[in-house]
Amino acid sequence: MARIIGGITTSHIPAIGIAMDRGLENTPYWKDFFAGYPPVRKWLHEQQPDIAIVFYNDHGLEMFLDKKPTFAIGCAPEYHNADEGWGIATIPPVTGETELSWHIANELIEHDFDPTICQDIKVDHGLTVPLSLMWPGHNYGHVKVIPVCINCERHPMPKPSRCYAFGQAIGRAVESFPGDQKVVVFGTGGLSHQLDGERAGFLNADFDIECMDKLITDPEALTRYSNNDLIEIAGAQGVELNMWLGMRGCLLGEVEELHRNYVAPISNTGAGLQLIANH
Amino acid sequence: MTEENREIPGTILFDGPMSTKGYPLNKMCYSFNSVEGREAFKADEDAYCDKFGLTPEQKEAVRERDVLGLLRAGGSIYYLAKFAGLLGLNVQDVGALQTGMTVDDFKAYLDSQGRGKSNG
Repeated sequence: MARIIGGITTSHIPAIGIAMDRGLENTPYWKDFFAGYPPVRKWLHEQQPDIAIVFYNDHGLEMFLDKKPTFAIGCAPEYHNADEGWGIATIPPVTGETELSWHIANELIEHDFDPTICQDIKVDHGLTVPLSLMWPGHNYGHVKVIPVCINCERHPMPKPSRCYAFGQAIGRAVESFPGDQKVVVFGTGGLSHQLDGERAGFLNADFDIECMDKLITDPEALTRYSNNDLIEIAGAQGVELNMWLGMRGCLLGEVEELHRNYVAPISNTGAGLQLIANH
Repeated sequence: MTEENREIPGTILFDGPMSTKGYPLNKMCYSFNSVEGREAFKADEDAYCDKFGLTPEQKEAVRERDVLGLLRAGGSIYYLAKFAGLLGLNVQDVGALQTGMTVDDFKAYLDSQGRGKSNG
């Protein structure tokens, strides 16, 4: 059976992609942030996962307000990045996957989740920045990516509890897939930040650390927040925690935190990184 | 109070009614994903706003680069970010515009909640 070997949480802030393009990794502003990544890259190199399921949100590249899925899953052989309007360089095509992803789609619907199924979508920085961070130099082509998109831009959004359960359903679907693939799951975005309104610039580092702790020891405690709770406590875009909860739901075994890093602010955001083994 | 109408200070929730109100504005900003859209806006801002059917309130906020006004007129920050990008502004610039701070003060405020705090 296919096996989920672990999960990785990471920020996906566009400024990270821009910093990498400009070679700013070792500058005073960025060095603490980028210093977190080599152990994760080493683990990925050692483990050689075949497939990466990436929970992300689309910030208005593919999924405009006209047709915006609450949950979506990609089942395409390839994904392209494109101009997002404000100067982040596009990255080469991302390799997709069409067998496990269709199996997940079938299993999700069988178990009462009904995502939009996508055979041709552009993927934005929510997905591409994490790939660039994990495999610098665009060396991600060997990994088959299954994008899983959660609406974090327009209310009503799926609840944290639902995102966690959605992840659990994906985790069970992977475990029932006949094959010997090794799968890693990414939860991207977050943590606390608020880009809009008079409260712009708010972040909550203490809460971010608490989330990272609870994500390991008691993820269900995090599912008891409503999205509005998260907005109050962690800022308007703090709801991106939902992608982390989706990832965590996929880890159905005994989890072990192998590594973490946290830097705030990066751009306007608390930037968290965790590497979690799923035994 | 229901979840739907919960008030969060300094925050305009981008919900269904706001998305209805802001649709023309957000659709215009969505077009800024393409260089053709950005160039057409720069060539004739008013005509480009009219092409998407922006309301007088939305056009005024676009003209004034009034970020809070754009939010009140139904703008989503994710699409307004594309407008900001076209203007050469990053998210710290946009934060400063919304809070009335200078960009340096806004960055210091961010820092005071994170690295600045842990450094004492």
